[in-house]
Amino acid sequence: MPLLGERDIVMCRQMVRKLTLQAKFTLVDQTKMITAASELSRNTVVYGGGGEMRWEFVQNGIRTGLRLAFEDKGPGIPDVDLALTDGWTSGSGMGVGLSGSRRLVNDFDLRTAVGEGTCVTVTRWK
Amino acid sequence: MERIPILKMGRVLLVTIQVDLQDQVALALQDDLSAQIEKTGASGVLIDISALEIVDSFVGRMLASISGIASVLDATTVVVGMQPAVAITLVELGLSLEGVRTALNVERGMAMLAADDRNQIDD
Amino acid sequence: MKQENAVFDQLLRTSPEEFINSWLADVAATGSGGTTSTNDARELFAALHAAVAADADMDRLDGAGWAKTRSVLTALSQSRAAQGASAGDTSQFILSIKKPLFDSIQKSLGGDSSKAAFDAAWTASMLVDKLAQFTATTYQRSREDVIQRQQQELLELSTPVVKLWEGVLAVPMIGTLDSSRTQLVMESLLTRIVETGSELAIIDITGVPTVDTLVAQHLLKTVTAIRLMGADCIISGIRPQIAQTIVHLGIDLQGITTKATLADALQLAMKKAGFVISRNKA
Repeated sequence: MPLLGERDIVMCRQMVRKLTLQAKFTLVDQTKMITAASELSRNTVVYGGGGEMRWEFVQNGIRTGLRLAFEDKGPGIPDVDLALTDGWTSGSGMGVGLSGSRRLVNDFDLRTAVGEGTCVTVTRWK
Repeated sequence: MERIPILKMGRVLLVTIQVDLQDQVALALQDDLSAQIEKTGASGVLIDISALEIVDSFVGRMLASISGIASVLDATTVVVGMQPAVAITLVELGLSLEGVRTALNVERGMAMLAADDRNQIDD
Repeated sequence: MKQENAVFDQLLRTSPEEFINSWLADVAATGSGGTTSTNDARELFAALHAAVAADADMDRLDGAGWAKTRSVLTALSQSRAAQGASAGDTSQFILSIKKPLFDSIQKSLGGDSSKAAFDAAWTASMLVDKLAQFTATTYQRSREDVIQRQQQELLELSTPVVKLWEGVLAVPMIGTLDSSRTQLVMESLLTRIVETGSELAIIDITGVPTVDTLVAQHLLKTVTAIRLMGADCIISGIRPQIAQTIVHLGIDLQGITTKATLADALQLAMKKAGFVISRNKA
């Protein structure tokens, strides 16, 4: 789904809620996933200049999970290590979103290059 | 754009957040509250988030901001009704909401504000 | 319709009742009868026939054409799993379809060309094997779900949240504190706090053998969550060795009140809640 404006962040939360309900996640897992999606979609809209979110249900043996990918063709992240340390005290919106989301999901993958954009893929298993 | 209604109960401003907040609406609430505190000379702000199922860093920062702004305007803020799943997620997210006072429900929150008000008057 | 499908469509069209009886007879013969029902057989037969007639790919069970069949099989294995039937019996039910199928193939194709008969038998065998495999996998998944649910219940039972007094809850932690256990305790404790409107929770760790940085982290997370919600927490049951470890590891308890015994914690909780206890003169 497209992530271009503020309204899309809300749509994204609603979409992920629907998906986690479908996957029958527990309430806490739902909340964590939707919150992570909120953070990452906001990053895409505000810092990435707009992009999209893709989703798919995944299987790993017996386990089922939900995978979300947030991609933008924005400026990219120059210092990944810095971005992934808790940016809360500096007040930087993107910092909390990235490092916080990482703790809310099981698998976290970040691909970025300056000038080429960013793609964050997160997975939560049931 | 919708705006969250602010109710006045005595010296307390009461806000009940029941919808999935768009970023803009959250910021508008911040502005509206600040204006209202000033206009009414309220001594307390009670924000009821018992219907909020998702509190992300944006909403979290908004709550912290409101608390800070209110404090500067000489009013106390209490956030009530946080859902367990939200609390667990906020902790994992790393948001401690430092400086934001919380209570289990509206009654406790109001009692807290009333007690605070009495203390202030006694000073 | 594909050649293969046409052949099977014809086979399944001829005397379905006889087919089903022969099928169920074979199931009984292998001693795996149990709770076999004619309705189960009829339903599966109908789904199979429909799929074949709709030209579903006989080689691939994961295609859309087999969706109904798969759902019938899933329902079947789930109900068998819930009833406690064995995996063997459940798949045998499927495998027994081969008997009437082969009989039918021999009757209609056996005479003229043995190649046609062989090809049909081969396709039938492969298909039934796939059906049985699918059933077995779904069966296993159902059993694992049951086990998981039981594990969860066990976990919940081992860390009960008790109401000690008006507005005071307690959780006796027993055993090692791992992340899934802590998560569970957090959830149930927080939920009970909201339900009872209790402002104080006592987490007693007398039964926790060791406290390392990880365990301390889990405890801290729990306390932070409790405070976020508007309640407070006391940790009791801190044995001298644990106190030493905490200091030694430099763990910052961030102003959490700690007490050596649950009794002390309760006393403090009552005081905080504004209760005064007096004893009647004997």
